[in-house]
Amino acid sequence: MTSDLIEARAAAPAPTASSRRADGRPAKAEVTAKLLVFATFVVTAFTLIPIVMMVLVAFQSDADAMRATPYMIPPTWHPENFARVLTMVPLGQHLLNTVIFAGGTAILETVTAALAAYAFARIKFRGREALFGVYLATLMIPTQVTLIPQFIMIARLQWVDTWWGMILPYAFTALGVFLLRQFFLGIPMEYEEAARIDGASRWQIFTGIILPMAVPAVATLAVFKFIAQWNNLLWPLVVSNTNATRTVTVGLQVFQDTQGTQWNLLLAAATITTVPLIILFFLTQRWFVRGITMSGLGGR
Amino acid sequence: MSVTSPDTSRRSRWREREHPALAAWLFLLPSFAGFAIFTAVPVVAAAVISFLDWNLFSPPTCAGLSNFIELGSDPTFWAALVNTAVFTFTSVPLTILVSFVLALMVNQGFKRIAVVRSLLLLPYATITVAVAFVWIWLYIPTGGLINRVIGLFGLDGPAWLVSDVWAMPALVLMSVWKSFGFGMVIFLAGLQAIPQHLYDAAKVDGASGARQLWHVTVPMLSPSIFFVVVTSIIGSFQVFDQALIMTNGGPGTSTTTLVMYIYRTAFENYNQGYASAQSLVLFAFILVITAIQFLAQRRLVHYDQ
Repeated sequence: MTSDLIEARAAAPAPTASSRRADGRPAKAEVTAKLLVFATFVVTAFTLIPIVMMVLVAFQSDADAMRATPYMIPPTWHPENFARVLTMVPLGQHLLNTVIFAGGTAILETVTAALAAYAFARIKFRGREALFGVYLATLMIPTQVTLIPQFIMIARLQWVDTWWGMILPYAFTALGVFLLRQFFLGIPMEYEEAARIDGASRWQIFTGIILPMAVPAVATLAVFKFIAQWNNLLWPLVVSNTNATRTVTVGLQVFQDTQGTQWNLLLAAATITTVPLIILFFLTQRWFVRGITMSGLGGR
Repeated sequence: MSVTSPDTSRRSRWREREHPALAAWLFLLPSFAGFAIFTAVPVVAAAVISFLDWNLFSPPTCAGLSNFIELGSDPTFWAALVNTAVFTFTSVPLTILVSFVLALMVNQGFKRIAVVRSLLLLPYATITVAVAFVWIWLYIPTGGLINRVIGLFGLDGPAWLVSDVWAMPALVLMSVWKSFGFGMVIFLAGLQAIPQHLYDAAKVDGASGARQLWHVTVPMLSPSIFFVVVTSIIGSFQVFDQALIMTNGGPGTSTTTLVMYIYRTAFENYNQGYASAQSLVLFAFILVITAIQFLAQRRLVHYDQ
């Protein structure tokens, strides 16, 4: 909804400019508006420099990348750097592992959070508010407090270097329950009451009515979680010991130790691990922005 | 024979009208079980472990309060605590300010807005570990991009990541760049939800642009600001990735963060008790600061109705 609104506004003339024109001060307002647009583009360009440099350095030859005063645009282009990196470090395997880790946590979290959020938003039961308060309070527990006991638990279960050990501890957070509950609260009760009069069970209402209406919010949560776990360094660093479960964040960290500052190869590896996430984000960000608005985070 | 067949009686028994609590608990069970096992039990366990002397390999022995006493005279712990606080209280206000200004700028009506917004969100969608490497490259003291730009103005840029004064500002700058996109999206959504008639009314009263910003936009946006402040502070207290990659805590202990120190104590020095004691202190700080924010929220955050 937000993105539609933004585009609708973009299509219309800038509101400040037109209203100021009525005040009889057209020139100043128009100049201000144009300057703002110009400034926005300049800031955006500056913001992108690190990402653009990451890709440009990745294409440079070994010698060019070692220069004391580095080139901005590679004098000669070396796309084979990407293939070289893939033979030096099993980045493909790490990427696949990351998809399993991030995807597994995102799916599990979304499913369990949706179920719990439904109970918190739509079913009246004794102790509901107190229990929800406890859930919210857990948001403040830093992962570092649970890190050591979780590791000990995983080690005792012989789950080190397994998907169980990687995924399960990170598959339950109160943030997901909170986000989805906010959204479910906004769905009118009438839909549900009508279905119950027709004899539908809670489960049928949840899967048949509430979930289909909540697709943007559920998708937002899944993307949020996927990006967060794709980024996670600490837990894979502790739990994954071999290439069987090692994720890209750990793979890159190992790369630094062994390769020193061979910038072109290091940044080729960084590019390979980052680009899939950027593409995913580009594809889903319209939903993402919409989901944030609808879950009530973006204001009242 | 019977009026209610076994089938219908079973179905009516499962109707939540009779058993709302049962239905609720069935929905809550997966999430609740996960919480109990992977959050509640570990938090209690962390409290217990903090009173132990344990290296994971030999049996634990009771250490009493010695882990907590040791914290008092551990200069690295205090440095880590101060560094984490400095990082949080510089990066969070800066991130909020940048997100807010950019959200205002992007919210101006102009064409190609969706493209600009997507591009501004790219840093948020990158991997911290990966872009940390680019930032090391940008920060190279001689010949790095940033110091070459500074050199264009006839100035000598600092040594950045290898300087104990400039390493922390360098980390803060990179972190602001990495995370402003999240706040920007939330502010943008909030800005879109402010009814236009409030601005029209302010204009009728003769309020300037700056006054409209202060008296309409900021109060109306305060719930979003509050949300971003709370989540950013909690996140900043846990800063780890960029510090590990870009400075590894150095030079000296100038960028050692609490989480890095906890990680090293637990998984490089295998002192689980001492690391748990540190993590509880971190937890206590987060609780105190979050409590202060919720108290401040009553005065500062404006909710409709």
